[in-house]
Amino acid sequence: MNLLLIGVLLALIAIAYQIGLRKSRSLAGKGNNTAILHSRPGYYGSLVALWCGIPAFLILIVWNLVEPSVLQHLILKNVPANIASSLDTAGVDVLVDRIKAIASGFGVTDTPAAYEVAAAEQLSKFERIGSSAKFAVVTCAAILGLIWARKRISQQFRARNEVEKTINVVLILCSGVAILTTVGIVMSMFSEAMHFFQFVSPIDFFFGTEWNPGFSTSGNAEGSYGLLPLLWGTLMVSGIALLVAVPLGLMIAIYLAEYASPRFRSWAKPTIEVLAGIPTIVYGVFAMMVIGPIFKSIGDSIGVEVNATSALTAGFAMGIMIIPFVSSLSDDIITQVPRALRDGSLGLGATKSETIRQVVLPAALPGITGAFLLAVSRAVGETMIVVLAAGNSPLLHINPLEAVSTVTVTIVKQLTGDTDFASPQALVAFALGLTLFTITLCLNIVALYIVRKYREQYE
Amino acid sequence: MSTSNTSPVDQNVFDPQAAAELREKRKAKIASSLSKRHRKEKTFRFAGFSAVIIGLAFVAILFGSILYKGLPAFWQASMTVPVYFDPSMIDAGPKPTQKVGESPAVFQERYVDWQTKMGMVDWDALIVNAIIAKDPALESRRDDLSSIYTSSEAYRIRDMVFKDPALIGKTVELNFLADANIDVWLAGHIDRSLPDEQQQLSPEVRQLSDDLAAKGIINRTFNTQMFTNPDSRSSPATAGLAGAFMGSLFMMLIVIAISIPLGVASAIYLEEFAPKNFITDIIEVNINNLAAVPSIVFGLLGAAIFIGWMHLPISAPLVGGLVLSLMTLPTVIITTRASLKAVPPSIRQAALGIGASRLQTVFHHVLPLALPGIMTGAIIGIAHALGETAPLLLIGMSAFVANIPVSPLDQSTALPVQVYLWQGNELRNFFEGRTAAAIIVLLALMVGLNSFAIWLRKKFEVRW
Repeated sequence: MNLLLIGVLLALIAIAYQIGLRKSRSLAGKGNNTAILHSRPGYYGSLVALWCGIPAFLILIVWNLVEPSVLQHLILKNVPANIASSLDTAGVDVLVDRIKAIASGFGVTDTPAAYEVAAAEQLSKFERIGSSAKFAVVTCAAILGLIWARKRISQQFRARNEVEKTINVVLILCSGVAILTTVGIVMSMFSEAMHFFQFVSPIDFFFGTEWNPGFSTSGNAEGSYGLLPLLWGTLMVSGIALLVAVPLGLMIAIYLAEYASPRFRSWAKPTIEVLAGIPTIVYGVFAMMVIGPIFKSIGDSIGVEVNATSALTAGFAMGIMIIPFVSSLSDDIITQVPRALRDGSLGLGATKSETIRQVVLPAALPGITGAFLLAVSRAVGETMIVVLAAGNSPLLHINPLEAVSTVTVTIVKQLTGDTDFASPQALVAFALGLTLFTITLCLNIVALYIVRKYREQYE
Repeated sequence: MSTSNTSPVDQNVFDPQAAAELREKRKAKIASSLSKRHRKEKTFRFAGFSAVIIGLAFVAILFGSILYKGLPAFWQASMTVPVYFDPSMIDAGPKPTQKVGESPAVFQERYVDWQTKMGMVDWDALIVNAIIAKDPALESRRDDLSSIYTSSEAYRIRDMVFKDPALIGKTVELNFLADANIDVWLAGHIDRSLPDEQQQLSPEVRQLSDDLAAKGIINRTFNTQMFTNPDSRSSPATAGLAGAFMGSLFMMLIVIAISIPLGVASAIYLEEFAPKNFITDIIEVNINNLAAVPSIVFGLLGAAIFIGWMHLPISAPLVGGLVLSLMTLPTVIITTRASLKAVPPSIRQAALGIGASRLQTVFHHVLPLALPGIMTGAIIGIAHALGETAPLLLIGMSAFVANIPVSPLDQSTALPVQVYLWQGNELRNFFEGRTAAAIIVLLALMVGLNSFAIWLRKKFEVRW
């Protein structure tokens, strides 16, 4: 039904465009002198099409949103009051489904009660009336819009301005979606986190040193919800990742920007950047199947006990993932340092490495700090690697060779189990998400500010 | 020589002898420090070079280990045997047809009855008979034979007969996958010297599978079922990627339909029309930040708004697609803006100069020139969305789904989520290879998308 109606509407819109086009052409007179019109004929066509389509589609959408609840109401009005009041919500749903099955002619396997048949008859009558009414109203709206818009067409009519205004509004609405997303993120997490804080006090959450949320079956907030062990685990894994990624990434950037021949650079840079395009789940599996066992056997051979899934394993894999992130950002920043600074230093007799260390790097330092902060925010928000390779044990300890748990792992764990969505065990995920969002937001704002400021300095 | 900081020129006047000596000394000092400095230079350069080599090595090790583990998993133990659809064993009567005047509900009940009867047929015996037909000497080991092939193969031949009852009475050559444990045993992924109680299979079955392999009845063939089947729990050997692939496909279509039009439209507005004021500044900062928000936060957004508030179906590609669209949107906006910015202002000035309106300028002249860049950015954004896992876990897409979804509203998983599910399977020996194989499929798709983007850029890029 809806598909048919949409088809009819699309056909009407196409006709409307042609009508607008024809009318404007006939206004242009013999010899097709379109110069006497205010706008080009296509704009008159588009305007008529817009007037034909937009109101009709809006009516159709609203109608479809309202219709189901109206029909439900009509069905229940036909069910005797004593039966309707004896049913709970699930029972009502079953009854409505049965009546709908009878009304659609599919039937039910047992003999339906008399009131069910009556209700089904009423329902199919209403459905028939409803769908023809919908059809009539929507096509009428489309045709009225068409006629009205066609009537307005004259030689002086500013069709182009109206069409462009409409398109402009559409563009503005589209760019509002990005804002709406942010608002949605903040609002949804804030409201769910507030629910959570009705069960657990914010002080216990933000400063608690024990994480043991228990199971949601109990339905209350027993267990402890201390954020600190998770935050500590996050810091430890990200710290290890940065220890791997920053020196390597920086040296790669320096070598590729200052030393490498253009030919070497042209294949080495994209090859290393391949690492940035690999999905994080792949790093997670790689850490678990390859890196973990290697670390374990190294540990065994020197007599240190190393867990196969540990902060070290996860951090190392994450470090590999962030290398291209650090290297390409730093590369951009190093190549932006003006030639004159380098030439000055080289002219005084400094070697290339002295120039890099004492002139280029200090000049690039603010930008590199920005890149570093962006890398931190990447590492803090990373999920799949730690889910697979960090071992998930939310305890406060300083040994990187043991399993840890992080904020992101806990979000996944609390929301993917058999938890009731309204229990504190599930709601805590939103409080954790809000914390994570705030941390990364601060890091990003500072980093983007630094990077942008630095870029302006040399432009 | 009075003090060391007097200039050599002055000293020349006083004492040429001492000055020459000093010059020599200084030269020696510089020479010795020079070699030290050059050594430092070399070390630094070498450190840089090794960093690049280590980076490249990581790429090689990553791909190498995945390929090494995953490629063999595409070949699996299977056997091709002639199945005789014996009419005396398949005795459920003819397929029912709807009678005149019968309500659809009653007909459905009768049809289900027939299906139940068909389900009672001993399909396993058909397969065992087929194996014995290959080698009559196996008759005495009938009981063990039924644990050689994977359990869902019986349902497969049942469904074949459902679809086409004319098969009854015919003989068809069919390929059956061996049980996952047999595959592990024959591939040597389990230690053969382990004692019986630690082995997954009984000694008789192990012996039988070795015999069948020696006779060439079981051999390793390329497993096409991996691409045509959905995930399976009861019969891991037939677990495939088709369900996850369709889920990912639906999600990518939704991402393409939502994030590209929205992203391009908002980029056009922000870059070409928006006045420079406080509000557009906020939008700009907001988009840059949104691009760096951790993906898991988008998952929380999806769980709270699309599922908790709008009550969209859980585990459905529709919700996953919406979440991934919101996640990709800032990337599309940023790359579109960059390629719009790259179109030189002279184009705009020329169009405006001959009387085009601002909108005509953008849509007739600027946008077509920026299109290759926009396409490249969009494809890279889609490739990124294809590999994303974390937000999908939060909206329930990690549930086990045994069917191939046919619409975006059905329950489904996605390719990266399938990787996540398989790596956690208890049957480690078998699923380690399969996980790596799924990763290979995922990476192949991503490499394909990215090379398409690079090709587009190379082919259509305009340098100003």
